[in-house]
Amino acid sequence: MSQKVLLNSKEVNIILHRLACQLIENHDDFSETVLIGLQPRGKFLADRLAQMLASDYKIKNIQLGHLDITFFRDDFRRGDKPLEANTTIIDFIVEDKNVVFIDDVLYTGRSIRSALTAIQSFGRPKNVELLTLIDRRFSRHLPIQPNYKGRQVDAIDNQKVKVNWVENEGEDSVYLIDK
Amino acid sequence: MSELSVNHLLGIKYLTKEDIELIFETADQFKEVINRPIKKVPSLRDITIANLFFENSTRTKLSFELAEKRLSADVINFSASQSSVKKGETLIDTVNNILSMKVDMVVMRHPNPGAGVFLSKHVNASIVNAGDGAHEHPTQALLDSYSIRERLGSVKGKNVVIVGDILHSRVALSNIYALQLQGANVMVCGPKTLLPKYIKELGVKVETNLKKALEWCDVANMLRVQNERMDISYFPSTREYTQQFGVNKELLDSIDKDIVIMHPGPINRGVEITSDVADSKQAIILNQVENGVAVRMAVIYLLASKIKQ
Repeated sequence: MSQKVLLNSKEVNIILHRLACQLIENHDDFSETVLIGLQPRGKFLADRLAQMLASDYKIKNIQLGHLDITFFRDDFRRGDKPLEANTTIIDFIVEDKNVVFIDDVLYTGRSIRSALTAIQSFGRPKNVELLTLIDRRFSRHLPIQPNYKGRQVDAIDNQKVKVNWVENEGEDSVYLIDK
Repeated sequence: MSELSVNHLLGIKYLTKEDIELIFETADQFKEVINRPIKKVPSLRDITIANLFFENSTRTKLSFELAEKRLSADVINFSASQSSVKKGETLIDTVNNILSMKVDMVVMRHPNPGAGVFLSKHVNASIVNAGDGAHEHPTQALLDSYSIRERLGSVKGKNVVIVGDILHSRVALSNIYALQLQGANVMVCGPKTLLPKYIKELGVKVETNLKKALEWCDVANMLRVQNERMDISYFPSTREYTQQFGVNKELLDSIDKDIVIMHPGPINRGVEITSDVADSKQAIILNQVENGVAVRMAVIYLLASKIKQ
């Protein structure tokens, strides 16, 4: 198993600032916007962006939630491993809001398809956008594209893109791993 | 761990501590789901479940049916009173006929102890025991423990007394297994005639004085006197039973702490528990009912994930 560094901590930080600025460009004061981190790994990126928007860009009252898509996935009973559920924390209604889904890696697009179904339980959003740190292009199973992307990566199917955060792995970095 | 160690839920006896933890962690997520504006998830849309009730039930049947529907499963219902069982069909024949219609899971309540175990050996479907005679009622015990965990933070180390008709109660047996597995101390309290002869073999404390039992416990689970299972008289009169084993406000006030009061339902108000206690803040009877749906969703979801396509 070999691995290659795609992004180091400094590069991740620059990209996060760019993504935050792009969000501000489109969402102004965020009064009609909600950020939704997709469980399990998108929540770290969502938390980090929300924190950055609040502290570095002085955006107040950002609505942030975590959405678990386990019960909405299309591969229930299809994999070898059973699906394990995570916690959903959305204590607001998304009716008529601009929803931004936040995930670390966009690969086949199936998770986002599940999230689009799952979010309906909380109301009918005005529109839904997608922000991902890594976009693995040319590997989509569904017609889903990100509105905001950190870095585009060309990776083949037996490679894995792993995003680490200080919060869970002790460092901010992105690796391309040959399985 | 993300998988149950069993393919059927026949009784708590067959579960591990880790299984119970997994069920509770999954139920936490389903509890959040059933409190959303839209309370349904599409997980089980390719699963068909038959609810076979060979014995009467209101709460359990509704709770299972709701749990199944919230998971988007297809549901068929069957009551023995309106079926061919009356015409002499055997249990295996009845179930196999239903399974021929491509059913994946069977939720069954049956008056005979061991009916679920028997069925699991002879038919090709995942079986959930919704009560088999005076043997086990595993989902009730799971939701009881889940409700204790919710109210008191954990089950481990808590003192729980089960009061009433222990002899005829499947809820009592399943609760004893579940509570002990999670490290709680269990006591049973009731008239001697309604305590099974070898109950101490299960490692529980036995008490016949209700006040002493309540002084010892953190949680009191009040059971109903199951008149329908009694072929002889086990105590002189209902009034005398109430005087000795009924919980009322004065009795609770005379104890120096706030005990959590539970009841699996249906309640006989004024017999094992008075209305002012049943409706008080100490009682978590309606929380038990709400948690029942979440816990049953978790059980069905986890068992369904083990059904091979």
